[in-house]
Amino acid sequence: MTTSNYATERETTEGRVFTVTGGDWDDVVSGVDPINEGRIVVNMGPQHPSTHGVLRLILELEGETVREARSVVGYLHTGIEKNLEYRNWVQGSTFVTRMDYLSPLFNETAYSLAVEKLLGIEEQITERATTIRVLMMELNRISSHLVWLATTAMELGAINMMLYGFREREYILEIFELITGLRMNHAYVRPGGVAQDVPDEAIVKIRDFLKLMPKRLKEYEDLLSGQPIWLERTQNVAVLDVTGCVALGVTGPVLRSAGLAWDLRKTMPYCGYETYEFDVPTHSDGDVWGRYLVRNAEIRESLKLVEQALDRLKPGPVMVADKKIAWPAQLAIGVDGMGNSLEHVAKIMGQSMESLIHHFKLVTEGFRVPPGQVYVGVESPRGELGVHAVSDGGTRPYRVHYREPSFVNLQALPAMAEGGLIADVIAGGASLDPVMGGCDR
Amino acid sequence: MTDDKPTTGGVPVPVPPAGATSGAPAEFPPAAPAGRGMFGNQGSGDVSGFGGLVRQHHTVEDSPRPYGGYFDEVRDALEEAYPAFGEAIEKVVVDRGELTLHIRPERIAEVCQVMRDDPALRFELCSSVSGVDYLGADARRLHVVYQLTSMTYRRRVRLEAAVSVEEPHLPSVTAVYPTADWQERETYDMFGVVFDGHPALTRILMPDDWEGHPQRKDYPLGGVPVEYKGAEIPPPDKRRSYQ
Repeated sequence: MTTSNYATERETTEGRVFTVTGGDWDDVVSGVDPINEGRIVVNMGPQHPSTHGVLRLILELEGETVREARSVVGYLHTGIEKNLEYRNWVQGSTFVTRMDYLSPLFNETAYSLAVEKLLGIEEQITERATTIRVLMMELNRISSHLVWLATTAMELGAINMMLYGFREREYILEIFELITGLRMNHAYVRPGGVAQDVPDEAIVKIRDFLKLMPKRLKEYEDLLSGQPIWLERTQNVAVLDVTGCVALGVTGPVLRSAGLAWDLRKTMPYCGYETYEFDVPTHSDGDVWGRYLVRNAEIRESLKLVEQALDRLKPGPVMVADKKIAWPAQLAIGVDGMGNSLEHVAKIMGQSMESLIHHFKLVTEGFRVPPGQVYVGVESPRGELGVHAVSDGGTRPYRVHYREPSFVNLQALPAMAEGGLIADVIAGGASLDPVMGGCDR
Repeated sequence: MTDDKPTTGGVPVPVPPAGATSGAPAEFPPAAPAGRGMFGNQGSGDVSGFGGLVRQHHTVEDSPRPYGGYFDEVRDALEEAYPAFGEAIEKVVVDRGELTLHIRPERIAEVCQVMRDDPALRFELCSSVSGVDYLGADARRLHVVYQLTSMTYRRRVRLEAAVSVEEPHLPSVTAVYPTADWQERETYDMFGVVFDGHPALTRILMPDDWEGHPQRKDYPLGGVPVEYKGAEIPPPDKRRSYQ
């Protein structure tokens, strides 16, 4: 019998409260009379290694069974939607990329598509820009799913999978750095096209990645798919059927794991996805295991899409021709980092006063967007990412709302967790793949 | 500008802004802070010119038929399935290839029920619920916007219901679309719209004891001091660099 008393207890009007600091579960359990005090409330998070960021779960337990689960969000609210209203339309890309930090290119693309629809210039977006967007989004989907696989496996006890998943994700981030200049928070996809062209080195690196990834994916599956602990922890855990998913607004891999092949790339195509050849993987069980299989299969489909996008990449402009919208300068790497290209600076500072005025007006004030509202949805790694953008005719957004799949999907957690074991809350919550930066915005 | 407004079929028509049409940073500090300037900053000299910006207001007009695409089918199906159509639907607007039905706020839950259940409509998924504050443009300035998706027919439609700040009530659609739960809480949190019949309408993103509704247009960016332990930084609009 240990004399340590880590779990300090005190009486309150709500009942007895224990402060748990770790390694003292026995003290808590021994302090509770199992007959009269059958239920205990456990507050998990907001700082907890297995809640994927600052998510707080309030669990009412009976023994190890979860009777009621409630999730509390908002700890990472940064007011991005409000801030957008105080910056011009192009600057918006810089904000939205920071929402869901695991899928920045989806945030940017959805935003850009919405602004382009408001401007009525969808038809003028160059083919190369659209192909680059598809290429970047699919690479991003792979990196996001890899983080999902890595963190979920870690939470269920497979640390090695975590290391491998992050290793391959790092490879993709290096590709992103080569193309956009940044590993995350790219602000690369902008209204009108993309910020700069893809360099040739990046194409070589992506081709290498396409050769490498199928082998690595096979390794992950060898590691996990036949693993008894992995099977026990995922099969028939946190089940949610199609009806439950649609009622709760759950989309993405979770909906597809329940058997409905709803993928906006197929059902409501954008960016020319209808011209690509790929499948929408589904599973019928609607459990964590199904979500694992669906995400793995989606990585394979994304590899196919990346390959097709690379083959289609023909030389051409990456920004709309309309000088009233297009960013006036191409970016270039100088001795002091990335900035406007030197030729452009030489031109506006030394040769053309009109170019300088044009640059100044477009960069400080921005372009005007005709009044109206649009809604654009794209298939992000977590489900339907929707942008509702409203313009009042000015140079700044009047209102931008993100329909964030992390936020909507998290509502399904009680439906998955209640009646199950507390250990399965971890597996179920992880299988939703919530990213709190996106959820709280 | 002439007085007779051009009809452009649902495309919002600009209304001339009140004052400050010269574009110069005149009239500063502005008479009304909302909808003007950059940060709600007042009472200081303005060298940027942003202080002279004035928000333009637009009116939304009914679109003439035929709308084109599936929009006519959706309207006809709703008119057939919902007897109170004429009373509940204020406007039908088609713009940029999207259909918007402006609904009387007290009817929104009924309309959603029909939209979901009627076999010719089948909008099973409520993709998004959010708000927009049309301060100065509409007496009922708080608009709640619902994006519905029909998975059966692969269609989208937007419902919009407007309420005033004095009477910001409309029925909750959570009984029809359980997914609206958190999204209505967010709209309440950000705009102060009260959804009657919601199971637990509390703040979701802001702290429970927060005052005000941050996404309203008369709520400034900044406005709240940044508090550290033992130190306090004034809000952005009160800092010297912005004055």
